[in-house]
Amino acid sequence: MKILVLLSQVPDTTARIAFTNNNTQYDGNGVTFIVNPYDEWYALVRALELKEAAGAGSVTTITVGGADTDATIRKGLAIGADDAVRVDAQPTEALQVAELIAAYATDKGFDLIIAGKETIDHNGGQVGAMVAELLDLPYVPMASKLEVAGGVATLERDIPGGVEVLNAPLPLVLSAAKGMAEQRIPNMRGIMAARTKPLTVVPATAVDNVGGTIRFELPPAKGAVKMIPAEEAGKLIELLHTEAKVI
Amino acid sequence: MSTIVFIDTRGNKIPKAAQEAVTYASQLAGGPVTAVTFGDGKDLETLGANGAGKVIVARQVTTLDSQQLTRLVVDVATKEGATTIVCVSDATGKAVAPRVAARLKAGHVAGALGLPVDGKFLRNVFSGKAKAAVEVTSASRVISLMPNSVPIANTGGSAVVEEFQGDLGPVRIMLKEVRKAGTGIPLPEAELVVSAGRGMKGPEHWGPVEELATLLGAATACSRPVADMHWRPHHEHVGQTGVAIRPNLYIAIGISGAIQHLAGVNQSKVICVINKDPEAPFFKAADYGIVGDAFEVLPKLIEAAKKLNAER
Repeated sequence: MKILVLLSQVPDTTARIAFTNNNTQYDGNGVTFIVNPYDEWYALVRALELKEAAGAGSVTTITVGGADTDATIRKGLAIGADDAVRVDAQPTEALQVAELIAAYATDKGFDLIIAGKETIDHNGGQVGAMVAELLDLPYVPMASKLEVAGGVATLERDIPGGVEVLNAPLPLVLSAAKGMAEQRIPNMRGIMAARTKPLTVVPATAVDNVGGTIRFELPPAKGAVKMIPAEEAGKLIELLHTEAKVI
Repeated sequence: MSTIVFIDTRGNKIPKAAQEAVTYASQLAGGPVTAVTFGDGKDLETLGANGAGKVIVARQVTTLDSQQLTRLVVDVATKEGATTIVCVSDATGKAVAPRVAARLKAGHVAGALGLPVDGKFLRNVFSGKAKAAVEVTSASRVISLMPNSVPIANTGGSAVVEEFQGDLGPVRIMLKEVRKAGTGIPLPEAELVVSAGRGMKGPEHWGPVEELATLLGAATACSRPVADMHWRPHHEHVGQTGVAIRPNLYIAIGISGAIQHLAGVNQSKVICVINKDPEAPFFKAADYGIVGDAFEVLPKLIEAAKKLNAER
């Protein structure tokens, strides 16, 4: 089985969020960048588990970005991906990312293309679905479980009030949510091996321009918290009813 | 320049998110819109009250087959000459809206928080720690509305319901089974949420949390460590790597408020924090706070909620 994992670089979950250039760009100054947790913990690890269970196949990661993402891409290789591809481009919008990935993947014969549920910076959750449309493949978003047998994938996804179990044929695109796998910490052997695994840089192909983010805003500072003494805790319910008017 | 809105109306009752999306689409268009839906939805004509002039329903599609649904939406958009396609940013919309955008080479606003200002839509980024103003420059545009962002319009009136006739291609996604996970209120739709964390000391102590939630008509949620220790089911985990919610009220009991937890709940309109540690970071993000032991505070809240329920 040939698996492609979409891997994004994002600011660390605890990173300060600030903007520069008149609030048009994220200020990455002094920020640690990581592999997007959904891509790493769920998409990549499940891909590796499927390959290990089958005892055959390959796991390739693909990232769209500049050379500044190479260290993050190596982290994916250290966790166990066989090889990595970087599309050398600076996309401004999700559709461009999807077009670049689809252009690469179209003739490679991947059985599974797995994205994380969303990136923790843009939170769009769109690229997987767009890649599926551009490649004319079925797509299942936010799967929490994935098994593959006999060319058919069985997936579970959380829906309001329960879980639905779906069958889908391969090739398939999906996005991975919590529950699909457990985080793996790369060991020293993995980190050493990652240095020599292939990281292929491919040039950007043509993309469409459909707009994008014009500026960022930080939320206004939160007003002071109103403290209620523990012995009068019941007053909270009263205030929620009469003052905040939410119950 | 007509506008269509794609909604999921499966089940016995038209979901709130669908009514919000129809309301929003009609406000965006400045008049009645055409709603597109699928499956076994009932009382579809009542969407007229929210702003739908016509509802087109593809009864033959019953599962979330994003390819069939994309063909449906693109087909209706083409026939109606629609250049604006509104979807809901929920489990259904996220499978379809980006596909439609890719098909039409349209810009997609994933999770619009309201009507555009100067042609720009606001959406949450960095897990709610910032907002982005997004402009769409393509001929067509797809706008996915964040649930719980607009009040539902109810103007009376009835929509014309038409069944979709046409070929949507083969079914690729098969529904094997649906496992119900309790009868509680689903978290992403909940307006009120009562959440608890490690401060509860063990799964056997969740009784009062559930009792308070039931009294308030709220859904229950939990922090990541609680889900990871299997004290509570994973679908209750709210936070950056769990479910992101934006209810009107979020009550957090025994949750310290790590930045990853805040990322999933910071869009709540009112936040109440109950923690015995006065230094818990969550208090900085709260509207109301109580420093106290959960096991002493909860009975007082339950008593007050019972009293309130008796009065109203």
